[in-house]
Amino acid sequence: MLSIKNLRASVEGKEILKGINLEVKTGEVHAIMGPNGSGKSTLANILAGKSDYEILEGEVTFLGQDLLELSPEVRSRSGLFLSFQYPVEIPGVPMISFLKASVNEHRKFKGLAPLTAGEFLKLMRAKKDMLHLDTELTNRSVNEGFSGGEKKKNEIFQMAMLEPKLAILDETDSGLDIDALRIVAEGVNALKTPENATIIVTHYQRLLDYIIPDFVHVLHNGRIVKTGGKELAFELEEKGYDWIKNGNDQ
Amino acid sequence: MSIISEKISQVDQLVSLFEQNREVLARGSSPILNRMREVSIKRFAQTGIPDLKNEDYKYSRLKPAFENSYRQELVRESGLINLNEIFKNNIPELDAHLVFLVNGWFYSGNNPGAELPKGVVLGSLEQIANEQPDLIQNYLNRQAGLSNDPFVALNTAFAKDGFFLFVPKGVVIEKPVQIINLLSSNENLMATQRNLIVAEAASLVKLVVCDQTLTPVSYLFNSVTEVFIGQDAMVDVYSIQNYHNQSTVINSAFYRQQRNSVLNTGTFSLHGGLIRNNLKVTFSGDHSEANVNGLSFTDKKQHIDNFIIIEHASPNCLSNQIYKNILDDESTGAFSGRIHVARDAQQTNAFQRNNNVLLSDKAKMQTKPQLIIDADDVKCSHGATVGQIDEDALFFLRARGIGEKDARMMLMNAFAHEVVQKITIEPLRDRIDELIEKRLNGEIGRSHDCKDK
Ligand SMILES: Nc1ncnc2c1ncn2[C@@H]1O[C@H](COP(=O)(O)OP(=O)(O)OP(=O)(O)O)[C@@H](O)[C@H]1O
Ligand SMILES: [Mg+2]
Repeated sequence: MLSIKNLRASVEGKEILKGINLEVKTGEVHAIMGPNGSGKSTLANILAGKSDYEILEGEVTFLGQDLLELSPEVRSRSGLFLSFQYPVEIPGVPMISFLKASVNEHRKFKGLAPLTAGEFLKLMRAKKDMLHLDTELTNRSVNEGFSGGEKKKNEIFQMAMLEPKLAILDETDSGLDIDALRIVAEGVNALKTPENATIIVTHYQRLLDYIIPDFVHVLHNGRIVKTGGKELAFELEEKGYDWIKNGNDQ
Repeated sequence: MSIISEKISQVDQLVSLFEQNREVLARGSSPILNRMREVSIKRFAQTGIPDLKNEDYKYSRLKPAFENSYRQELVRESGLINLNEIFKNNIPELDAHLVFLVNGWFYSGNNPGAELPKGVVLGSLEQIANEQPDLIQNYLNRQAGLSNDPFVALNTAFAKDGFFLFVPKGVVIEKPVQIINLLSSNENLMATQRNLIVAEAASLVKLVVCDQTLTPVSYLFNSVTEVFIGQDAMVDVYSIQNYHNQSTVINSAFYRQQRNSVLNTGTFSLHGGLIRNNLKVTFSGDHSEANVNGLSFTDKKQHIDNFIIIEHASPNCLSNQIYKNILDDESTGAFSGRIHVARDAQQTNAFQRNNNVLLSDKAKMQTKPQLIIDADDVKCSHGATVGQIDEDALFFLRARGIGEKDARMMLMNAFAHEVVQKITIEPLRDRIDELIEKRLNGEIGRSHDCKDK
């Protein structure tokens, strides 16, 4: 589904990603862990199409297309979803109209007719029920005045509405209380099918108790320095990143 | 019809045009109008056309516009406009009492008076000043005459017509009153319009004033409106300005509020070459409220200048100002908001905000708050921002599948929304939303530029 080959990227002249290789297949769950500043969000943002970065080398294919050639909106419509580490507040843009535009753009891309207001509301209700979201977030401006946890729940809600093929969750677990963490994790699991794939960026093994990864990668200083199964997360939790940084392995 | 030649100074030309046409100006006009002319032309001659050294006009270069030759309609010319045609010009179509004016002259198009409540007078200032001078003489030029603005003086010297609205005590006009000001000429035109609104105690009226240029010649439009708001009265005035790029507009509005009255105004400057809006509110009675808002869109070499004065002359009044501008290309804008709290105006609340979005590197905005506070028990605040479209928000929307153009539009609409939602006439709110959408899509103004002469 996603294939990243030797991806190098810089921002403001500083090289952040120094040769990333990653293969994600349909049905898989990958976790990316790694110390602060190692380049996890940079990788996620580049995949989603943020233009602040300069691609120095490498290629990325997503569902057979050259991903780096596509605009952010086409990437999204093609089935790529980024749950932002820091979801932005957009005062004055009502959540409902934003989401309706978003859903209908996706439908248009698939050659489907736009949802009517009634159909849209019904879909929203169904997804809210599915995620057990009780807070009323949809009649406000996008993320405006939302708490940290509400913003993250809102990201998962958008994911549920858009049903992406590849979801990249950038620290969707941070800032969540225990109940919210469960809601988010169960939501991600409920949306999981054999046809889609998930990349979870996290600092905590805790989330991986709920969402069992097939692979765990450790990103350090712009490179994936270690890859393993879910037990790698436990090991990291126990030993910290110094263990990797000191290069005891590999 | 008279032509201004270009040999002598612009001020002298206007003064001599006045002198040559004394009789033409006086003929048919009420003494109420005529008695103000001489002193006003003198006042204009003394001040002249302000240059950038004039503190009140330092952001707006008006001299170049006066260098053009213009004709003036000093007498009514019968050029009736097809009423069915005008709504093709992005003028919001509303369920309203509709009147229209052409080049400053009132035309009673579709007999609006028929449906108005008893006692309400809506018509030509010229005509009513002649026929019912009592309604007018205590009000006309009572506010404007105190102003030392040269364009107000010029207007008063040449004023022949405009609209007059009188709402008697306790009368509520349910439907909005829509005034359509058209500018239509085959040659460059200087138009003068003089309006007066008197809303007596406990009356209620909502006005929608739509200005529109119809032909692609240069216009210099000098309009003055005085509004008197009686005790406990509520007056809403929304103004939609849509002129083509060769238009220079000086629009001055004076509001005087008696105690316990409410004023809501919104000025939507959709398009125009150079627009200068002078707006002054004077609280002459306590416990009154004024909400004074504005929203503008400029591009190319357009210029918008909103010059606001709130005179808190009485205690316990509240004023709110929100002005927003979206500036593209090389366009420029200015906002000056002066709040004066007089010594006795205790317990004043006065708030002001000016937010601006620059869509290009070359667009410029000047913003100048000015608080002059002579009372001690006062709550005042002001704030101004000049920024760009939020790139993170733009990326967020695109990353959810919304195309760049639509995403930008959403963000600009979001910025404008705050001012639009303050409109108290719901159908107008929707119309304005549509017009903003059109404006941002480049569908307003363009039609003019390609219309043939
Ligand atoms: N727009 C930018 N301008 C300058 N530096 C940037 C920019 N974006 C990222 N960086 C730098 O790139 C490095 C990697 O940042 P990134 O956000 O990818 O780290 P991260 O692994 O997600 O960290 P965290 O765990 O704290 O979220 C950091 O040193 C950061 O300061
Ligand atoms: Mg990060």
